[in-house]
Amino acid sequence: MRASDGSIRDHYQAFADWLDRTPVEQIAQKRDEAERAFHRVGITFAVYGEDAGTERLIPFDIVPRIIHAAEWRLLEQGLKQRVKALNLFLNDIYHEQSILKAGVMPAERVLGNAQYRREMQGMDVPGGIYAHIAGVDVVRAAEGEYYVLEDNLRVPSGVSYMLENRKMMMRLFPELFGRQAVRPIEHYPDMLLENLRGVAPAGEDQPEVALLTPGAHNSAYFEHAFLAQQMGVELVEGQDLFVQNDAVYMRTTRGPQRVHVVYRRVDDDFLDPLAFRSDSMLGVPGLFAAYRAGKVTLANAIGTGVADDKSIYPFVPEMIRFYLTEEPILNNVPTYQLYKADDLKYCLDHLAELVVKEVHGAGGYGMLVGPAASSAERDAFRARIVAQPEKYIAQPTLALSTCPTFTASGLAPRHIDLRPYVLSGKTVNLVPGGLTRVALREGSLVVNSSQGGGTKDTWVMAR
Amino acid sequence: MLCRTANELYWMARHIERAENTARLLDVTYRMALLPYETIEPGLAWAEPWAVPLITSGLASEFYDSFQQLSAENVLRFMILDAANTSSIYCCLRAARESARAVRGAITSEMYEDLNSAWLEMRAYDYNRIQASGVSEFLDWVKMRSHLFRGVTFGTMLRDEAYHFIRLGTHIERGDNTARILDVKYHTLLPSAADVGGAVDYYQWSALLRSVSGFESYRKIYSDVITPRRVAELLILREDMPRSLHSCMNFIHETLKVLCDDNSKEIERVAGELHAKLHYGQTDEIIKLGLHEYLMEFLDSISELGSEINTHFLVPSN
Repeated sequence: MRASDGSIRDHYQAFADWLDRTPVEQIAQKRDEAERAFHRVGITFAVYGEDAGTERLIPFDIVPRIIHAAEWRLLEQGLKQRVKALNLFLNDIYHEQSILKAGVMPAERVLGNAQYRREMQGMDVPGGIYAHIAGVDVVRAAEGEYYVLEDNLRVPSGVSYMLENRKMMMRLFPELFGRQAVRPIEHYPDMLLENLRGVAPAGEDQPEVALLTPGAHNSAYFEHAFLAQQMGVELVEGQDLFVQNDAVYMRTTRGPQRVHVVYRRVDDDFLDPLAFRSDSMLGVPGLFAAYRAGKVTLANAIGTGVADDKSIYPFVPEMIRFYLTEEPILNNVPTYQLYKADDLKYCLDHLAELVVKEVHGAGGYGMLVGPAASSAERDAFRARIVAQPEKYIAQPTLALSTCPTFTASGLAPRHIDLRPYVLSGKTVNLVPGGLTRVALREGSLVVNSSQGGGTKDTWVMAR
Repeated sequence: MLCRTANELYWMARHIERAENTARLLDVTYRMALLPYETIEPGLAWAEPWAVPLITSGLASEFYDSFQQLSAENVLRFMILDAANTSSIYCCLRAARESARAVRGAITSEMYEDLNSAWLEMRAYDYNRIQASGVSEFLDWVKMRSHLFRGVTFGTMLRDEAYHFIRLGTHIERGDNTARILDVKYHTLLPSAADVGGAVDYYQWSALLRSVSGFESYRKIYSDVITPRRVAELLILREDMPRSLHSCMNFIHETLKVLCDDNSKEIERVAGELHAKLHYGQTDEIIKLGLHEYLMEFLDSISELGSEINTHFLVPSN
């Protein structure tokens, strides 16, 4: 909200004025109202590792994160550029592998990666699009300077919170929206449906879309049900689908009904017990054969994990130059790859300054934040790194931007990140905004909801 | 609509209706057990009233698996609170809420919140609490929750396929249950025909009528003494009596007409046949065949219809 000299940044001015004028009690009352409403509607998520069936609210902070128009234009261009390159990369490595032949990145990093799916080699997907929905995590370090932390290309979640947070803000503070030109995001479900229809197998005029969920016990079930309802498509579980003559059908009360596009929120491994994990009860036997036969589109495609893996991440800027012959607009965080001896040595010498992540980890599990860890924690982590250095990468901690956030002791700055959702199909598109996550603990850099993070509404200004 | 969704909605409705009718069955048993038989008509042998709800719901062997002794307390524990008895009121309310949660998108949020709070309240009951506030009080609460749910459904839900499957579940279950409640009288019947019309007979029929909210209607329609013939007419053949078999079959037949297409003509025909039997049936025939025999035949037919619905709409094979 504030510039480095402590002054209020222009696009926050109107909000700051409003905040000054509004009595503290009124704001406290609005916060209670928000919490009650979230409970009643049941916008909850399950936390793994706690008692089975534990449902919690993600803490919601009523101070919005505001991005001004020019900054968003840059961000938008950068995100589109990056996701385009990532899709080209996926199409390439599952076909000619020209990027490997050109020696831009080492072949064994890609082909030896656990996320590389040999089954996808040589297979064409509609439009050459693999990552139809990408949730790219970015942080802002200085004015107009954005870094990408992670490209989530498998089954990125959280978009329902983006939509619900906006709904909540408009309900609590309608007067704020009347006064300022905040760009709308409510059309995301329509855009998503349009995007999914656009990647249906060729020759389908009226493609039928279904959302595949692992079921009511999944941590993101609320989001699955929410998106299916918003798009007006069926929310299906594996048992609701079957495959006949390589075509996918839903079991309906009017008999079998063809499905052309499956927006799947089930991981690759569990999609089809005949092709992948045979013990999976969540998938559909024969789905992969139908997919290979081109009778159904899966969004996202199988095997996208090879492009968002942390060991591939350092090469994304090179991909942009290679495929688009453009300079990357968004920065990568400098990354030490610990399978390299030099990087490993540097990392072990500077553990207290670095963030160390598991290459295949996600959700903030299995990471070390050097500056925040005790020396005992660092020593324990050091032993794990030395045992298997290829499993880890390390990055310097960035001076992340902060946003005022309500805490027990009043308004205080807390670190934030942003996950915009980039849709790729016939075109590459995104709604102006995303999910802003906030680290609620003082000084903490970890924003994951499973690690005590909260969320905010994100305002992209029209001018 | 997805078969799984239709299945959850259908069973959500059946479980709520079953909870209500179990409450009604226990209510009539409770009232009959309170009659001072020995004082009114000494010297006669009586069936043990608490065995009756177990027999009519076909749960006697399950009961004896977990309980040694037949007693009011044990039957109430088994039929209301037993988590191992899938037809207990506890299990019915839990199953209804679980179904609602699984298909939240297909029902209104008011419906979900209603079932959710019914389940949360149910969880707070134990035997001592039910005893302390009175068994009838608790059974009334169950009936009230079921009324509330039907009201919310009627008042908030789009008249789409989902609504029709809910309605179908409600009336299949209700038809089945009304027949079972009527049959209670058969199992507590007086030992000889000569006793028909005695004081006990009157109390039993009136308890039965009250349990299906039919006592006041009976008075209104017949304004005369209670006779088995008229009770049978009221609860089987009268279509203006909302819990009668005829009324249930009206709803089922109407709903199936909406749901069935060319592939499901057979179900519509089976339902139509059963409906016609009630629509054109006469009290004399029922009495001639024997009320118990008639009810057993109806239970067979409606259970057959239920399994047709199951294999065609709810869990079809490919």
